[in-house]
Amino acid sequence: MKIRAQTAMVFHLDKCIGCHTCSIACKNIWTDRHGTEYMWWNNVETKPGTGYPTLWEDQGKYRGGWEKRGKSVRLRLHSRMEGLANIFYNPFLPSLDDYYEPWSYRYSDLTNAPAGDDQPVARPVSMVTGREMKIEAGPNWDDDLGGSGIYAAGDFNLATLTTEERKQLFLLDRLVFFHLPRICNHCLNPGCVAACPTGAIYKRGEDGIVLVSQEKCRAWRMCVSGCPYKKVYFNWKTGKSEKCILCYPRQETCQAPACFHSCVGRIRYLGTLLYDAEGIEQCAARPDNDLVEAQRELILDPGDSLVRQKAREDGVHEAIIEAARKSPVYRFVKEWRLALPLHPEVRTLPMLFYVPPLLPVAATMEKGRYELGGEPCGDPSTERLPIRYFAAIFSAGNEELVREAYRKLHAVRLHRRRETVGDIPKEVVQRALEEARSTPQEAEAIYRMTSLATFAERHVVPPFFREMSIEATADPAERKETTGVGFCRPPKRGW
Amino acid sequence: MSWIRDLVKPKARLWEEFYRNRWQYDRVVRSTHGVNCTGGCSWFVYVKEGIIVWEMQATDYPLLDATLPQYEPRGCQRGISFSWYIYSPLRIKYPYIRGVLLDLWRRARAEHTDPLAAWEAVVADEKGRRSYQKARGKGGFRRIGWEEALEIIAAANLSTCKRYGSDRVVGFSPIPAMSMCSYAAGSRYLSLLGGVILSFYDWYADLPPASPETWGEKTDVAESADWYNSKLLVVMGCNLNMTRTPDVHFVAEARGNGSRLVVLSPDFSQVARYADWWLPVTAGHDGAFWLAVDHVILQEFYTTRQVPYFINYLKRYADAPFLVELEKSENGYVPGRFVRATSLLRYSNVEKGEWKFLVLDEKSDEPRMPRGSIGFRWQEREGEWNLEMKDGLDGTEITPLLTFLECSNDILQIDFADYAGGKTAKRGVPVRYLETDKGRVPVTTVFDLLMARCGVGRGLSGDYPGGYDDEESPYTPAWQERYTGVGRETVVRFAREWGETAARTGGKCTIIVGSGTNHWYHSNLTYRSGIMALILCGCVGVNGGGLNHYTGQEKVQPEASWATLAFAHDWGAEPRLQNTPSFHYVHSDQWRYDQGVSEGVVVEGDSPAGRHPMELQAAAVRMGWLPFYPQFDRSPADLVLAAEEEGAKSDEEIIAWVTKELKENRLHFAIEDPDAPGNWPRVWLIWRGNALLSSAKGHEYFLKHYLGTHHNSIADESDDMPEGVERSDPAPVGKLDLVVDVNFRMDTSALYSDLILPAATWYEKDDLNSTDLHSFIHPLSAAVPPCWESRSDWDIFKALAEKTAELARTHFPASFREVMTTPLRHDTPAEIAQSEVHAWYRGECAAVPGRTMPQFTVVERDYAQIYERFVSLGSRLREGMREKGISWPVADLYDELRDSAPVREWQGETFPSLENVVDAANVILHFAPETNGEAAWRTFQALERRVGLPLTDLAADSRAIRNTFADLVAQPRRVLTSPFWSGITNSGRAYTAFCQNVERFVPWRTLTGRQHFYLDHQWYIAFGEALPAFKTKIGPVEFGALGKSLPSSRGLMLNCLTPHGKWHMHTTYYDNLRMLTLSRGMEPFWLNDRDAAGIGVVDNDWVEVYNDNGVAVTRAAVSARIPSGVGIYYHAPERTIAVPKSPLRDYRRAGGHNSLTRARLKPLLMTGGYAQLCYSFNAWGPPGSDRDTYVYIHKLAGESRY
Repeated sequence: MKIRAQTAMVFHLDKCIGCHTCSIACKNIWTDRHGTEYMWWNNVETKPGTGYPTLWEDQGKYRGGWEKRGKSVRLRLHSRMEGLANIFYNPFLPSLDDYYEPWSYRYSDLTNAPAGDDQPVARPVSMVTGREMKIEAGPNWDDDLGGSGIYAAGDFNLATLTTEERKQLFLLDRLVFFHLPRICNHCLNPGCVAACPTGAIYKRGEDGIVLVSQEKCRAWRMCVSGCPYKKVYFNWKTGKSEKCILCYPRQETCQAPACFHSCVGRIRYLGTLLYDAEGIEQCAARPDNDLVEAQRELILDPGDSLVRQKAREDGVHEAIIEAARKSPVYRFVKEWRLALPLHPEVRTLPMLFYVPPLLPVAATMEKGRYELGGEPCGDPSTERLPIRYFAAIFSAGNEELVREAYRKLHAVRLHRRRETVGDIPKEVVQRALEEARSTPQEAEAIYRMTSLATFAERHVVPPFFREMSIEATADPAERKETTGVGFCRPPKRGW
Repeated sequence: MSWIRDLVKPKARLWEEFYRNRWQYDRVVRSTHGVNCTGGCSWFVYVKEGIIVWEMQATDYPLLDATLPQYEPRGCQRGISFSWYIYSPLRIKYPYIRGVLLDLWRRARAEHTDPLAAWEAVVADEKGRRSYQKARGKGGFRRIGWEEALEIIAAANLSTCKRYGSDRVVGFSPIPAMSMCSYAAGSRYLSLLGGVILSFYDWYADLPPASPETWGEKTDVAESADWYNSKLLVVMGCNLNMTRTPDVHFVAEARGNGSRLVVLSPDFSQVARYADWWLPVTAGHDGAFWLAVDHVILQEFYTTRQVPYFINYLKRYADAPFLVELEKSENGYVPGRFVRATSLLRYSNVEKGEWKFLVLDEKSDEPRMPRGSIGFRWQEREGEWNLEMKDGLDGTEITPLLTFLECSNDILQIDFADYAGGKTAKRGVPVRYLETDKGRVPVTTVFDLLMARCGVGRGLSGDYPGGYDDEESPYTPAWQERYTGVGRETVVRFAREWGETAARTGGKCTIIVGSGTNHWYHSNLTYRSGIMALILCGCVGVNGGGLNHYTGQEKVQPEASWATLAFAHDWGAEPRLQNTPSFHYVHSDQWRYDQGVSEGVVVEGDSPAGRHPMELQAAAVRMGWLPFYPQFDRSPADLVLAAEEEGAKSDEEIIAWVTKELKENRLHFAIEDPDAPGNWPRVWLIWRGNALLSSAKGHEYFLKHYLGTHHNSIADESDDMPEGVERSDPAPVGKLDLVVDVNFRMDTSALYSDLILPAATWYEKDDLNSTDLHSFIHPLSAAVPPCWESRSDWDIFKALAEKTAELARTHFPASFREVMTTPLRHDTPAEIAQSEVHAWYRGECAAVPGRTMPQFTVVERDYAQIYERFVSLGSRLREGMREKGISWPVADLYDELRDSAPVREWQGETFPSLENVVDAANVILHFAPETNGEAAWRTFQALERRVGLPLTDLAADSRAIRNTFADLVAQPRRVLTSPFWSGITNSGRAYTAFCQNVERFVPWRTLTGRQHFYLDHQWYIAFGEALPAFKTKIGPVEFGALGKSLPSSRGLMLNCLTPHGKWHMHTTYYDNLRMLTLSRGMEPFWLNDRDAAGIGVVDNDWVEVYNDNGVAVTRAAVSARIPSGVGIYYHAPERTIAVPKSPLRDYRRAGGHNSLTRARLKPLLMTGGYAQLCYSFNAWGPPGSDRDTYVYIHKLAGESRY
């Protein structure tokens, strides 16, 4: 066993409103430059939908992530040798069309148009070619079921549904969608790191954040393919790959990442997990059905004194162990078993987990009359989407894990309903809690973390000991005296 | 694992400074976005190297209460994209003017040394005038300097004042709450000038008329934190997730706490997906659903079962027990007026007895006159205007009877019209006979009428439904199916859930409602139907309950002190406050195209219900119900001179002279001939808003009749001629001489204006911001100085005032007087002017200003001092402040400011200075009970006297609190409990409306002092809306703008809805590249997938959407989440971004959403002079509804052309 610390995340999809504030917080700060126009390190997708880049979930097309090979795993893209042999040839890259052609408008025409006989207008122009263009795609094109017959119907995960079920999805009594915000998963077993021929990508030891070194990157773009989430992007201006950095400059100054900070749905939680780094390979090689469970096993209980002892021995700072004890992520993922990873079948062991969304209950439509079906309060059996669909997204097909999460969400609501309104019999609440293998105490804790958690409780940013990092290459006292002084010049290559 | 490269050499990680450098910045400043989104979010703006780089939400709102989720973060995708604008190519950096006009001006100016003479020369040359009017919106801008720009505007204003009168200069700026001082800048200038200030809340159709109808209050709602207290949240017509983005977490968190969320929405919207139950009610027909819910509640919670909480609540807080006289109709009875106390011998001599009303006391079995009705408010004796159930005569306790079921003298059959079904039902109602001054009359209670109206028979005879399944009888669950599409079982299930939850929690059910419901012609009825369910279950005035309407950021928390500043009350200036729907309906000539709407009622005799809306509009002005400017067909200043010439000496004599001239038909209200050139508005100043397209219902008519430029309307004028209004032919084109836009971006209004002044953005100025979504007040502050040549609104109008004063020295060297008309206003004694409707101009009553007609006053103006007055807080304020019917002393507060704050000295007097906008902000904070604890205490003391019950304790704990602008910059501050807002927020309690009424027995400012189910005004009876009722939405034929437009062979007719969009707030942010990128590069037209397939349209095809009013060309968004028969064009696109030309209109540039609408006024809502049905700025009058709009849609012919 080798204990390491990882900054991990939970997105509570029941609270997500699909507003994309997170996306813009990120874009304003990080990808508002030439070469990065099309990049959305944080994006939000409508599900069902095809996403960004389109159909990113189709690993048959993109060959991202890992596949099981006996007791181990290998990249779907290629073996190490194949990779070196084909270093100049990577057919599994998304093209600009799979993302979208970024555009702007000739805004200045509005002010500068000469006197004419009709009203001037700002026409769309490509940010790549500078020429006029037709806008046919964007990073959020199928937002809120826009073009549902093409995009929602084309959702990769719908393959798990029967023809009848798929048809129903577009009828009034079953119609449904939800939002899926996505950032880099900062995986424990990242495909991008493994795919990089240059070794430019690495996981930071202190927090597990995956970074592409802007010095070492040599534009092979294997990372773009190797990432099954398509969360590494190629900067066409600098010729280097870039990706979500989990706002390490913010975290290093004790601030939540920008997309977390700006999340007005308050769906995001951030915290440290302790895990066994030696178990990764074995974990990634487990059968599909066991993957999520195995990933949970890899995560260690920071409340366990033996774990803490071992962590200290393995060089995890005491303050980080303390942060792990306060981690809301640990509670959601391991203790409460409410949060699930995205597409665990790609075996990268993503460190971003999702609480599945509650959806309106299904209804029936007869003779133009709409009648409600099931009970409110999140009873999973009466929701509008088959569990199978969620299982395809969040549990590599393991329906029981999804059901388990829903049962608990349901029980929590019933419990709180009884506490605050009292119109539900005690036995009903008790039964629901039992079926969810929960207790009133746990329900109370889940409710508090879901509804009342403060900013500081939602984002437990661990300390970074920057002075110690700096000390490795410079005297912190000298850094204090001189930081920022001097000319700011771009590096030789690309800037 | 070898690939965890965490052991790389520290040196290899030095590159990480790459992103660290980017994160570094120099300064962080707190500001917000002054946009009409009701968000009121506090933001931090980041500055690096003197350049604004990005913004992040402030998360330091003070905690309300540990049992509530916190307010953090607040801000949405739109707000966080604002920094894009600052340096974008859309930014207006310099003053601009249309070249054609500039040439004319400079030529005239070369000839005339006097700028006024120059302006007169420009507008007198009809050919030249038309030439720059026709050029409007068609490019050709030229940059000019500030001095020249200000001179043109000042000259145009003064010339207009001189030639026509000050009430021909008009200003429009919406929603002061979002940046109060910026609004006040323009309105203060206009108030001192005598210009007209146009309202916004009603024009945007954001004013819910049902709120004044029921509660006598424009809008008063819970802050969003209080949603968390609700156990059943019903959302209708409000896409919370999309438009209440920073607040909606409270709903998710309430769900986590066991609350339930039900969404009524025709489309499967973002909030629908968030719900437990989604009910796809047919667009515009939510009222039918609610009436059936009311039916079930009255049946199950008032008949088969009794809930003491509900009954006690209804008896004290609603008009339900009040007595209504039944009047004989042709073959039965109809409900008539409330029984007046004076009609009884016992009360025949009480003061204002005509405005006091009766209930039947259970103990004495006699009618009694409880305190609290409006007569008690305005009577001489103070201290009896409260909700204690005591007899106003002798103070004995009253136990009112809700129903006469057990003690009736008779059962009378009453006619109840089913307006939607075109039938009438006769339903038995228990009555008592009362000996009145009219003899023996049958009376019943409002409650018994409600029962009968909703069809709950209680064993009474008549056309009562057989049960819930009776499809033919209104308002059963089965009946509503045909209108809503929602099944009866669902309605019953919902109603039980509602009643049960309210009964168990003491009323913790809420309706969150917005423009999706409010923008319909009959929105007031829909609202009243839902409000009925709330009141019946005791949900109003309790935390977690109530009607929570959020549309338009109308809540200026420090309203009283802000209004003082904004309307120059400190100088005694009377502002001309105009309800905009009436203004635009009349002046942009949309009335000429209007045929009105049949109200579903049988029109007999002289009923107003059958008349043309323009005729009623004119009547409403003449009777003093609504304002209208210009006032007369003569200048208001000339009138004073003329009166004096004929011997008038005092103000009274001038007013008497004016009255006589009107009566004898020598003087006319301008509205009687609005198209006569002397009655046109001439100069239009627009600031902080987008008055063209975005909010311009009937946009194409604006282009035609106001601007005189190209337009895409093909509509013919209506054949209907309103009586009593001149209609000259042809209709005038291009009424406006000058349109000025103060703006930071080149939007549609800027593009079509003559002159554009560059405004500082919200990150470049200091100001105040508040909303009703939270209970804090916080600032805008300048992160950088105004960029390029831009200036803050305050500084712009200050400069304009200075230029105006300079020019006035020649033309208006001395102060002068003019006649002002104001309507009978709510919260003044004039609100009890007209117990019955009589038209003085038809000889039905005497012409008495302030009683049967508008109020006339004589006011003083001093243009040469307009600048000094603008920048000085006038000492008139020392006489006291007044708001909502109470006044309180502030002289010491004034002196305090004069002794401590910056001052201005002129003409030997010293005044607190308003030169700097921060001084203005501090004045607002200093006098406001919401931010100054002493002011709060005094205002409660004043109200306490009127009410006669203790109230000052509400302000006792906070009496020492004083908030300054600097305090707000440090951290948002919570507003204090104040008598001008009805909630109680002491001890961290979440704000919800009407707690003071429920807990402290302060009456609602209504006729009976209670919440009104019943509205007994004669017009309400005539229009069939005395009781809540259901009327269907206006159909395509009555809509009246499809007559000349033809459906193409592969086309479709749709009901066009314009709910608030996701990627913009109205048009703000619409043109922001961030938003355009995350959407579809423009606002598409959403339609149902099968509808689209039927006309051969696939997703992202170009479509042409049109009717007689105009045309829009955009892309189609095809989706199963849109119901068939409905198209959604989210509010609001700009016609400046990627809009092609329209083949249907000879390849001229297509328009936007408001190209398809025409303003339509519901005349009933023009009612005035009657308690809560009384004018108040932004608080009463017909809203400009726009949902009942129909369009044809087809695929665009050929390629799109720009």
